[in-house]
Amino acid sequence: MKTLAEAKLHKRTTITGISDSDLKPKLLEMGLYTGKVVSILFKAPFGDPIAVDVDGYVLSMRLNEASLVQIEEHV
Amino acid sequence: MKKVGLFGNPNTGKSSLFNRLTGLKQRVGNFPGVTVDKQLGKLKFGHETVQIIDFPGTYSIYPRSADEQVVYKVISNPNHADYPDLALVVVDASNLERNLLLFSQIYDLGVPTVLVLNLTDVASKNGLVINIDQLQSHFPNTTIIRSNARVGLGMNEIHAAISQLGNTGKSPKSNSVPLIAMDDPAAQSTDTTARFERIKRIVADVVTKKENPASRQFSSRLDRWLVHPVLGYVIFFTLLLVIFQTVFSLAAYPMDWIDMAFANLSEWTAAAIPEGLFSRLLTEAIIPGIGGVLIFIPQIGLLFLLISILEETGYMARVVFIMDKLMRPFGLNGKSVVPLISSAACAIPGVMATRTIQSWNERLTTILVAPLMSCSARIPVYTLLIALVIPDQKIWGFLNLQGLVLFGMYALGLVMALLVALVIKQFFRKRAELSVFLLELPAYKAPRWANVGLEVFQKVKLFVLDAGKIILAISIVLWALASFGPGDNMEKAAAAIEAPADKNEINVTAYEDRVAAAKLEHSYMGILGKTIEPVIRPLGYDWKMGISLLTSFAAREVFVGSLATIYSVHQEDDDPKPLIDRLRSEKYPDGKPVYTLASGVSLLVFYAFAMQCMATLAVVKRETKSWKWPLIQLGYMGVLAYLGAFIAYQLLK
Repeated sequence: MKTLAEAKLHKRTTITGISDSDLKPKLLEMGLYTGKVVSILFKAPFGDPIAVDVDGYVLSMRLNEASLVQIEEHV
Repeated sequence: MKKVGLFGNPNTGKSSLFNRLTGLKQRVGNFPGVTVDKQLGKLKFGHETVQIIDFPGTYSIYPRSADEQVVYKVISNPNHADYPDLALVVVDASNLERNLLLFSQIYDLGVPTVLVLNLTDVASKNGLVINIDQLQSHFPNTTIIRSNARVGLGMNEIHAAISQLGNTGKSPKSNSVPLIAMDDPAAQSTDTTARFERIKRIVADVVTKKENPASRQFSSRLDRWLVHPVLGYVIFFTLLLVIFQTVFSLAAYPMDWIDMAFANLSEWTAAAIPEGLFSRLLTEAIIPGIGGVLIFIPQIGLLFLLISILEETGYMARVVFIMDKLMRPFGLNGKSVVPLISSAACAIPGVMATRTIQSWNERLTTILVAPLMSCSARIPVYTLLIALVIPDQKIWGFLNLQGLVLFGMYALGLVMALLVALVIKQFFRKRAELSVFLLELPAYKAPRWANVGLEVFQKVKLFVLDAGKIILAISIVLWALASFGPGDNMEKAAAAIEAPADKNEINVTAYEDRVAAAKLEHSYMGILGKTIEPVIRPLGYDWKMGISLLTSFAAREVFVGSLATIYSVHQEDDDPKPLIDRLRSEKYPDGKPVYTLASGVSLLVFYAFAMQCMATLAVVKRETKSWKWPLIQLGYMGVLAYLGAFIAYQLLK
């Protein structure tokens, strides 16, 4: 299954779930719930962390955090 | 007194609203049992006073960082001393969905609420239209107020709502929903998911979206440059350089004025009140002690002025973003950058600035290494020692060697901080912990100057009160140690010095300086200095430097004044020249000079690494809630300083 950490830049993706972890409630609180459409806006130098467009606000997260977010890329 | 709690997500203009409501009538208090500062303000309506409490910005009532957990502690306990009679929840109108999560959580607790719909200007610029009546129908028990805290829109309505304290005919929700335990992430996840299901429908009902938001494009155009793989760093480091240049060149003037004012005050007091112990306590300990605290205000104030401007504009979040990957190998976080930069002015606000770091390991590491950054109290010591032992010459025709060494001292502090962080990381390996980064990058905006001004005022106040009282207390203890000695040894030593036959001004001053030096040598402080001499001998120091090292525990820059007293150099107008000349001519009994390149560099290294700051230790104790960490810090920095100085001296000898 693909995660947000592997998503392509600027490609619109839909969140299909959050992997179980201590971080799960935190990621949900930030609005990353199942069905949300997100895309990577830009990446920090060295590719980590990444900045994600979540419905009009910019959330930055480390790749290990993004890898908990399961996604489906739009065709 | 009735209490109004101010809640909201970060970057919603919550502090702007708090500042609008309370202005300068705010102070910092403590929440019982936690170390988080409580921002308090008062608001008067006729003869009733209402207390406003600004809670840390959070995305939900189940927050993770130390700073945010206080929200849960207070709101989960109706018997808590700070439990609000009315909750003012600031909601970002341009991002209603995410903001309504926190609001709905508080609303469901049954606390009387006011929903402050802020940033409505941004929302309409982004093409969002919000139907207030529809929103009201989904939350019937709250009062909704449209506001724009930046320009003061909606303030009258907010005042009115506060003055009625929820008696607006809208009773709070009666069937309050019980809170979920803090340590039950699974239940929290289920609850959050369910809430968003509901909020999604509410937002669809309330918000109409028009296409093509313009302001976001401005932010993303700027981000193309500011987080650029190469330019991003170039811009950041250039900014840092400009900040430090500004701080040090501009702060020098007010610092001179403060210095002079306190010297004059001491002289004037000495002349005005009868001679005696009290007069000496006042003029030799208390007044210089207070002066020693106030002299740091210009630097700390200026640094925080510039940092808070960068924070207000939203740039600091980008710095955290681009620095995170570089800091992580050292067990630090992108969020460690601001505390470390602050520590270059003073470690006290630096340590306090670590609260935004959610991961305890990363936060503790940042706290432990922050005092290794060269703070402004080290500068007088560095400048004196560099002028003393480093030749004033140019390398490659244009680089000043002394300036280069001063820069090197800063680099030494930074490199050592990173190395120590790396070592600490090995210790933490066993108790692995999930490190959290998750950070909102707010849209760029112009700073609101009232916020900047208040931030600077608060930070300076905190420094003066927190560090100030400790520095002052130690100044008095050290003064007592240097002013008294066993039996009448001091008097005897003073009497042994022959008074000059020709009583002209130069002779009398020289005589008085010699008497002061002799007294100091026979005081408790002198005895202490001689006691530790065998220990510091391998570092190239004699007992006189030992005294100066000991007195530096009040504040590092006291080193210079102590040396001046010990060598009976009369300091006038802070001209370092006579002291430097005197130090250069100081010789051991065998004729070798005391202050050589070796002992000078050894002292420089010692001051770079040693934890000679009681005030920082006290703040670290407050922030970590135990004496364990400040003691570890004192220990490891002492060992580093001793070994570093030892190696430097033995290599250069």
